[in-house]
Amino acid sequence: MTELKYVAPKSIEEAISLLSEYGEKSKIISGGTDLLVQMKNKVVLPDFLVSIGDIRDLDYINYDEINGLRVGALTTIGSIEKSSLIHSKFNILAQAAGTLGTPVIRHQATIGGNLCNAAPSADTAPALMVLGARVKIAGVDGEKLVSIDDFFTGPGQTVIKHGQILTELQIPNLPRHSGAAYVKQTRRQGADLAVVGAAALVTMEGDILRDVKIALGAVAPTPIRAKKAEEILKGKKLDDRLLEESGQAASGESKPIDDTRGSADYRRKLVTVLVKRAVRQAVEQAQLEV
Amino acid sequence: MSIEMLVLNVNGVKYELKARATATLAEVLREELGLTGTKIMCNEGECGACTVLINGRPVLSCMTLAIDAEDKDILTIEGLADSVTGSLHPIQEAFVEKSGMQCGVCTPGMILTAKALLDEKPDPSEDDVRSALSGNLCRCGNYRRITECVLAAGKMMRGERND
Repeated sequence: MTELKYVAPKSIEEAISLLSEYGEKSKIISGGTDLLVQMKNKVVLPDFLVSIGDIRDLDYINYDEINGLRVGALTTIGSIEKSSLIHSKFNILAQAAGTLGTPVIRHQATIGGNLCNAAPSADTAPALMVLGARVKIAGVDGEKLVSIDDFFTGPGQTVIKHGQILTELQIPNLPRHSGAAYVKQTRRQGADLAVVGAAALVTMEGDILRDVKIALGAVAPTPIRAKKAEEILKGKKLDDRLLEESGQAASGESKPIDDTRGSADYRRKLVTVLVKRAVRQAVEQAQLEV
Repeated sequence: MSIEMLVLNVNGVKYELKARATATLAEVLREELGLTGTKIMCNEGECGACTVLINGRPVLSCMTLAIDAEDKDILTIEGLADSVTGSLHPIQEAFVEKSGMQCGVCTPGMILTAKALLDEKPDPSEDDVRSALSGNLCRCGNYRRITECVLAAGKMMRGERND
């Protein structure tokens, strides 16, 4: 690695001021499990490393009946995976977190880092998309909220500009009779990036799918919503033919590439299978909740 | 160019040293402190060989900047045996008795990851052990024995007899 300057601010304000001062030559480091690999491979070579691990007030999981869930950006993936609160209220997020990397990586990696690294395959992203999450971004001009659907702009790219920092994740309460599931296809059981990841959330009214949200990972330059696939199911009763049609539509909405984990063609086929599986599991979850 | 003065607390000893800001904890442990029990294999967080405990929790030392480990308690494999009597930790004993290592490169990481598991969950199931060690690769493929060693060490630590 090349030499660089390391700073460890103690507050969000100090971090923002340092990031604004150093501009595009700076990089935020928290868990380091993505950034250090990129630095070792010389893909990313910052002159200034702003280590935010000491900002302890960014590590929290809070919940209340009105506002829903609030998760600090420095909360580790492992804390989310193990949170009994997230398990009981937003299980899909714990489920997605539990598929990321290995136990030791989950202990180091943070939710903010997983999102800001903006890998098309980021496991938490499709889950957060179907949950309707928003992220809070702080900068010199104050704070703003951005829908997770608008957060990613390309591989490794987000709406965050230099001098800004992702501070919090907000997830609204789900309507009653909702269920959600994330399914991930990998080449081996543990520690692999998704070939395809699919998340589905359904809200039931009797046996009618009142609302449906579907999101996909690793099949486009960013994690994406599959809105055509959602529309096909909305307001309908679940049946095999409709589900197949929805899975096919999602496949059509995906824009996968060939890489070491799978061909574009295989990924398109997988999308159909995984969307069907995710929707079925989401419906099962919704029916469990009485 | 940035050389930092660091104070690292490793195995109960305070070390003052100079290191590049980008030096990983694994590099500093091996090259500055001569604690070569910590292995660097993949050097990108895939294999778990470099695992050390920081404040009791397993951490990949190749994916941690040394400077970020300041003011924390770092435990490496060298610090695991009893510092007064020199007697091995039960997990180390189990690995010796039940042939938990073949080439030995994954062993320090395996043992420290297992220690964190047993400290948190003294009576783990086999699935718990396999899951906890899922980020530690053994290229000799000795997983079955390693799992048995951890379960046996758990028994020893709980004061139960091993058959």
